[in-house]
Amino acid sequence: MTTDIEKFERRSHITGIGQSEIGRRLYRDPLALTIEACRAAITDAGLKPEDIDGLSTYPGMLDGGPGFNGANATEVQDAMRLELDWFDSGVETSGQLGSVIKACMAVGAGLANHVLCFRSVWEGSAQKGGGRPPIGGGGAGFRASGSLQWTLPFAAPSAAIWVAMFAARHFHEFGTTREQLAEIALNGRRHAARNPHAIYRDPLSLDDYMAARMISWPFCLLDCDVPCDGATAFVVSRDERAKDTPHPAIRVEAVGTALRGRPSWDQFDDLTTMANRDAATHLWSRTDLKPADVDVAQIYDGFSFLALSWLEALGFCKVGEGGPFIAGGERISLEGELPMNTHGGQLSAGRLHGYGFLHEAVLQLRGDAGPRQVAGSPQVAVAAAGGGNTCGCLLVCRD
Amino acid sequence: MTEVAVPFRVLPHLTDRTAAFWQGGESGELRFHRCRSCGFWLHPPVPICSACGSSDVAPEAVSGRARVLTFTTNYQAWMPGPELPYVVAIVAIEEDPRVRLTTNIVGCSPEEVRIDMPVEVVFEHHPDPDGDIWIPLFMPIREASS
Repeated sequence: MTTDIEKFERRSHITGIGQSEIGRRLYRDPLALTIEACRAAITDAGLKPEDIDGLSTYPGMLDGGPGFNGANATEVQDAMRLELDWFDSGVETSGQLGSVIKACMAVGAGLANHVLCFRSVWEGSAQKGGGRPPIGGGGAGFRASGSLQWTLPFAAPSAAIWVAMFAARHFHEFGTTREQLAEIALNGRRHAARNPHAIYRDPLSLDDYMAARMISWPFCLLDCDVPCDGATAFVVSRDERAKDTPHPAIRVEAVGTALRGRPSWDQFDDLTTMANRDAATHLWSRTDLKPADVDVAQIYDGFSFLALSWLEALGFCKVGEGGPFIAGGERISLEGELPMNTHGGQLSAGRLHGYGFLHEAVLQLRGDAGPRQVAGSPQVAVAAAGGGNTCGCLLVCRD
Repeated sequence: MTEVAVPFRVLPHLTDRTAAFWQGGESGELRFHRCRSCGFWLHPPVPICSACGSSDVAPEAVSGRARVLTFTTNYQAWMPGPELPYVVAIVAIEEDPRVRLTTNIVGCSPEEVRIDMPVEVVFEHHPDPDGDIWIPLFMPIREASS
């Protein structure tokens, strides 16, 4: 139904990328980290703050736990005195990268020429090494409402538990193993060794993985991403404003935003797939490119199984074949047929929450990924973010 | 009804829509919203049928029997709660496999839990000044020996 209308994606280019200092615990003001990343992205695009006329972020004002949100849209607008024709934030969208997709829509619709997008976290410092505080502060008077009432009373407050149950069902139906799942973590760690900004860079073996502390079967500690401090920003520019930029502009070929199943961790129709199934199907309906055209894949690994599930959803292999697809790790390595999470993913490079994947996709397409650059001038990258009940993805290309 | 040890639990905030579910245990009933026009089960509860659009929806008791669709054995102390490790499961009710609950499997060791295992509801009573809560947990259905 979308083939006979002009796709807004065609007008959208990523012209600037930027990141702040990134660390396990920086104990820096999260607004300062955010502005550091935003300024870097604006400079990278060859622009000045006064050129920015749009702003988009995820999740905006939301109490998502300590350090989950480093800055709101209006805080950044005010701190940088931006004069905006359009701005937006919110958590009810197609995953973390839904905020970048909305920026593409804004430039495609002519509401803005240069949209600054950012995602900022400081979970490392905010949790202070003491782990997450009890939800609701742990007080006896706290009551769960909304969707949380269906999990918190059952001592299931973490997405680790919710996603583990999808992984367990996948193991049951398809024979997927922990040794196969481990490849997501091992692959990320190998790549992180080549990324000076990654959080964990020491070598990791399968034995280390199998010996790690169990969290919620089949997830051990190394299947769960690492909270950190840092901000990532992009500039999304309208096509005629994306010329003569310092770096090659990266074209947005297609996006996937669909939400068709029930937006729920336990009511979803197929407990081996998740909302990524519909977002990925939607992405391929908006382009003539095919999974085989993808040169690099930057895929959300907030929990290892989410990456495996995305690989299946995006059609790199069939549903159920994700385990054998990644077994041994060669296929998703830097030298493999589908280099994946070349910066280390969130498991090793830190929980920058979705934006880190698109940042790495752009670096790879520019050829600026340094020691971890994929050979052969990659031309097409997929960046996918989110897991569970809301997901979104982008296919980006070197022009 | 089988009594189980009562650990600390975060309790739900009761609303007009959810009270029938969280307080059904007082009568030993597991209740879900159901459309009285077309019979569609509605969970989490909503005031209008998602299948036919009828507003004639009301809570209705089910058998309390269900099947384990998937589960995890949790080893991490996220918050005060049941003794570690404990099992969190998604179960589908016997009346309609599309209606699921995230719950805990009790009355057996974590090693005994299996996908597809038949289970039945057991309620954990939590007295509360804002209205008592009955948390629906599930335990294996033991075959009666002949």
